[in-house]
This record gives sequence, C-alpha cells and structure tokens, in this order.
Amino acid sequence: MSSQGSAIPVSSSVTSSVEHERLSWGRYPRVKHRQVWRVEWADQVPSILDHVPPHGLLPYGLGRSYGDCCLNAGGELIDCSSLDRFLAADFDEGWVRCEGGTSLADIIKIIVPRGFFLPVTPGTKFVTVGGAIANDVHGKNHHRRGTFGRHVRRLALCRSGQGTVFCGPDENAELFRATIGGLGLTGVILWAEIQLIPIAGSNINVEVLPFRSLEKFLALTAESDAAFEYTVAWIDCFASRETRGLFFRGNHANTSPSKPARVYTPRIAFPLPKGLLNGFTIKAFNQAYFSWKSWRRGSSIQPYERFFYPLDSIGQWNLLYGRQGFLQYQCVIPESAPALERILQTISQSSMGSFLGVLKRFGAAQSPGLLSFPRPGLTLALDFAMRGESTLQLLQSLDELVLGAGGALYPAKDARMSPAMFEASFPAWRDLRPYIDDKLSSSFWRRVTGTEPS
Amino acid sequence: MKRIIVLGATSGIAEAVERKMAAGRHELLLVARSPERLAVLREDLLIRGATQVLTFVADFDSPADCVRLFDFARQSFPDFDTVLLAYGSMPDQEQCKHSIDLTARQLHTDFVSAACILTLFADYLEERKTGCLAVITSVAGDRGRRSNYVYGSAKGGLSHFLEGLRARLHASGVRVITIKPGPVDTKMTAHLPRDTSFASPMRVASDIYRSLQRGRPDILYTPRYWRYVMLCVRALPEWIFKRQHKI
Repeated sequence: MSSQGSAIPVSSSVTSSVEHERLSWGRYPRVKHRQVWRVEWADQVPSILDHVPPHGLLPYGLGRSYGDCCLNAGGELIDCSSLDRFLAADFDEGWVRCEGGTSLADIIKIIVPRGFFLPVTPGTKFVTVGGAIANDVHGKNHHRRGTFGRHVRRLALCRSGQGTVFCGPDENAELFRATIGGLGLTGVILWAEIQLIPIAGSNINVEVLPFRSLEKFLALTAESDAAFEYTVAWIDCFASRETRGLFFRGNHANTSPSKPARVYTPRIAFPLPKGLLNGFTIKAFNQAYFSWKSWRRGSSIQPYERFFYPLDSIGQWNLLYGRQGFLQYQCVIPESAPALERILQTISQSSMGSFLGVLKRFGAAQSPGLLSFPRPGLTLALDFAMRGESTLQLLQSLDELVLGAGGALYPAKDARMSPAMFEASFPAWRDLRPYIDDKLSSSFWRRVTGTEPS
Repeated sequence: MKRIIVLGATSGIAEAVERKMAAGRHELLLVARSPERLAVLREDLLIRGATQVLTFVADFDSPADCVRLFDFARQSFPDFDTVLLAYGSMPDQEQCKHSIDLTARQLHTDFVSAACILTLFADYLEERKTGCLAVITSVAGDRGRRSNYVYGSAKGGLSHFLEGLRARLHASGVRVITIKPGPVDTKMTAHLPRDTSFASPMRVASDIYRSLQRGRPDILYTPRYWRYVMLCVRALPEWIFKRQHKI
C-alpha cells in the first residue's frame, strides 16, 4: 500500500534509526543519541512529542550548527530535514510559507527565477528555515536588514500538550520573540512564512578592496555600509606584523548569468589527516589568497552562489579539519573597544587560527529575538582545528578578552563556552525559560545553564 | 510536456520524482490514500513549477477504488501518457513467516493490486498506441532471499508480469519500464539498519526521471551498480545460495 496512514502507531509510521550518528558541522563534540526520529510529514510530529520523556527531544535539521546546540547527548532527536515542502507562496507580495525543514537552497531555487531573493542569508545555503529561525542567523547585510528573524511574518510551532500554536510579531508575540533565536527549544517549527526581497537580476556587483590595518577596515566599512547591501571582510589571522585582509562589498546587479551555474561540486569524502592543515599550509594559502585577490582587486560581476556561498562549492568542507573536528569562534564586541586588536594578536601569536577568518560590522537593527546574537559592534568568526586542551585554552583566553570588552559569543557556533560567559552574553536567557517546551532540551542548553536533564 | 499519473504519490521515492517532474513543468495526477498529504503535496509541486496538479484519493488494495481511479483519470485527466506506479510496502518478514493473513495481504498489495491496475492502464495506452508505464519493483525481486522472500516474491512476480506486458505492448509502441532500486533511504525501509548500500531518494529519482523522459531502458537498475551486483547474485547456483545465512 502506499506506505502512509493516519492512525499508524509511531513505531511503524516514522523512521527511527539508531545507526545514523548525528553530528554538528564542527564534528565536535561527538555525542550519542538514544534515538533519532525521522519525520516525513508534519502530522507525525505530535505523536513523537507525546512519546518522549520530559527534556528528552530536540529538533534537528541539516546539522549546520557548529557546536552542540543541534545535539542532544543521551536524548533523542527529531530529524525534520524531510519536512521540506512549500505550503503557500505569493509572488506579488513576495513571500513564501514553507515547512521547517526546507533548506534555504530549495527556497532560492524557487524564488530567484521569479525575481526574489532571501532578505538575509548566512554563508551557507544548506541550512533549514527552522534552523535559521532557531539561531536567528545573520548575513553580510546585517547593517541593512538585521537578522533572519526580522523577516519572519508568521510561524507554526508544534508544542507538547498544546498541538499547533501560531505566532508572529502581532500574534502570541512573546512566544514569537522567544522562538526567534530560541535554539529550537520552544517547539518544533512546523512552518514559517518568510518575507522576500525583489531583485532585478541574480548576479552581484562585487568590489574587492585589500586593507592592511584594522583602522583601514573600519574606514572602509564606515564608508561602504550606507551604499552597499552586502559588506564583509576576510582577514588573514596569520599575518603577525599587520592586520591584513580583503574587504568585499556588493549590491544586487540587474543582470543574471547567461548560462546556469555549474552543478558539479567536488566533495571531500573522508576526514583529512590532521597534519595537512598546519601553520605552514594555512599561511601559504592565506598569502596566496591575499596576493591573488589583491591583484584582482576592483569590481566584478559574480553569480550570487559565488558571492554568498563560496564554501558550498566544496561538499563537506568540514572534513578538512580531520577526525577531531573543529571549533568555530564567533564573537561580537562593541566597536569602540580596542579589544579586537588584542584578540587578533592573541590568535596570530598562537598560530592556531585557520584560513576562514571573517570580520563584519553589525548594524543597529534590533531583532525581535529574545536570545538573538547580533548586536551593534564588530563580529569576528574564525575556525580552529580541534587539537585538544591547547585549543580549548586559547579560546578560553579569548573569552576573557571578549568578556572584558562587554562582548558576546554566538551559540550556533559554540561548543564550549562557560555558563558564566553565557550569562554575560545573554542575560535574557531566564526570560526564555517559561517558553521552553517541557519535552525539549539540548546539549548546549544544559551546558550553559548548568542544568542536567531530569 | 507530459501528463503523468503517479500511483502512490506520497511515497518517498515518488515525491522525489514528482519534484523533478514539477521542475520540468509537467502535468500531474497524484494518487494516494491520504487526502491531507495529497493537498500538501499538490501545493508544493505547483510552487515548484508543475503546470497542473490533480489529486485523487484511492486505496489500491480495493479493486473498486482502482476502477474509480481509472474512470476519473480518463475523464478528468484525458490523454495522459505516462503512469508511474510507486506504491509498495515492505512487511516484517518475521511476522509474515507464520501468518497466512499477512502473507496474503502483502502479496495482494505488492503484486495483485499492481497487476490489476496496470491491466486497466495498459489497455488504455495500447489503444492509443503511445505512452509509458513505469513500475517500481525492487532488486529484491531478482532472487528469493530467506530474509525477505515474501516481499521479494511479490516484486519478482511483478517484474515478470511487466516482462510479459512489455512484450505484449511492444507492437503498439507503449513502453514498459521495470525500475529496480536497491535499498533506498525512505520510510518504507525505516525498520532496516542503515548501511552504505542505501541510496538517497534524490539519486534514485533522477535515474527514474531520466528513464521516463527517454522511455528506456526496459529494466532500470538504480543506482546503476546494482545491475552488476544482481548479475552476480543471480549467477550463484542454488546449492550455494540456499546456504547463505546473511542475505
């Protein structure tokens, strides 16, 4: 029979696989889950929520969070990545309503030919809408449009004991605020309605400007943020004498590529040996990248994939960091603070940084999210291959600098911050607590709030 | 542009193929049991680009439903040229082993009902002298294995049925495609432990979609390497095969 049905018990209607390990993008920490439920239809969600013990479950999407906020050690996951259908769309007003597991890649594929784009997109398109909301993600246009959560018109949560609850800026507004950046703890996001932006073409007009000091970066960003939709900088955290990097700024162009983008993407098949990414190779890469781009400075027209998602062109690039995985460190600090200089110094002295250093100035646009990470200031994101205690110690010392400057760390990228650091970054976390669904919890939440599952 | 009927439209593989069809701007008639899921699917496929999507609620186990469906298709979706039969269920062999009921029900769903409904559509297409019947069976039908012989025999029977049907329809120009996927990562195989032999529904769907476009090959193994695996498995002499405990 067509293998579906309404009144089938959970065990036969839903895929549960214990064999499939679920990791986060950083592949650290590695934890065991008691059970992973795979749902293919939204009508299967309530029965799973009802079955699990309190604090036992966490929604999981495409696993692109870096640390442990998409993991639930010892508990269960509900893998929503197959809840990926479009439920409604209006291409006059420019919005789509899609299920929580729909990837941004899927949305882009549908909306770009119709002359729309996502109002906010992170550096990878392989995240789900549910995950983008739960982490209130941001992009290169934060200074203009703020976070993803600001463009959510309405969403539906499946909550234990309550069934489906709708919320939006004007409807259950408190629950809505808790859900934006709510780390997936306020209920399973069944669907969300996203406001889109109109574009004249899918290409991006890009300008690349090399800089050789932090002051130059600040001047560039101050000058560009008003006139450019997208601004971001790559920094070379191995250049010890100077802070050098490349400043990228761009706007939507009114042209589209004449031929469709290349479909073939190479894929890294296995974790590379850990010696391969070392100080020497990264330094060489950074030098080459900086020189190449400095030579090719100036304006160009790029397809949007290349501008927004350069790393998506290498499948599973996280395996570059080898078996032990990696940690990403993303902090935001108030712009006035000289702490950024010291943070960069500490990193370059440690020689443990990597080639993916990103610097951006956040704007003042306030997110509705209670636990939203972006706030006015400078944000720095950097990868560190996991090399055990020494890596953790370095990040610990960075924590102190960030804390001293009144900054914050990004939960979506964190696997190790202390409860004290979390308290300082997100004093509002206690206000989130009343909205958390009894059945939901995550490794991250238990770690940073110092609570263990009952 | 084709007019395609999908039987068992809410199954994992079927949905992946339907998305390809939608992107190719085809017209679809989706048939499954659950009206709610069909409604969701319809909206999704329209947004993904399908020109037209009709839905019909039917239980393929019921011959009356099959006839109703066929009448509906002729009247409301005339001139359809492609039928993809994608429904099926995989029983728990352990339970089937000693149950006449379960075994009979299983054979009915996976073989008898499919053969009946194909008979209706085959006549229609034969008369029109064009079109394509594509049916998802399984590599499991190539040989009766101790661990899965009820499902295997139903799918094997269906493959044989299709072989005969293909020969019959050959003269009329109607294509019959037997689709034999290896294990696919969908809800039908939920109870099986996952290993590297599992293919993604998207992978299988693009093979199926391509074969529907071209009307060939007669027998499609997907992913492709199963053709060679099954060549070896079929070549094993029975006196060895019966002693294999693992397969």
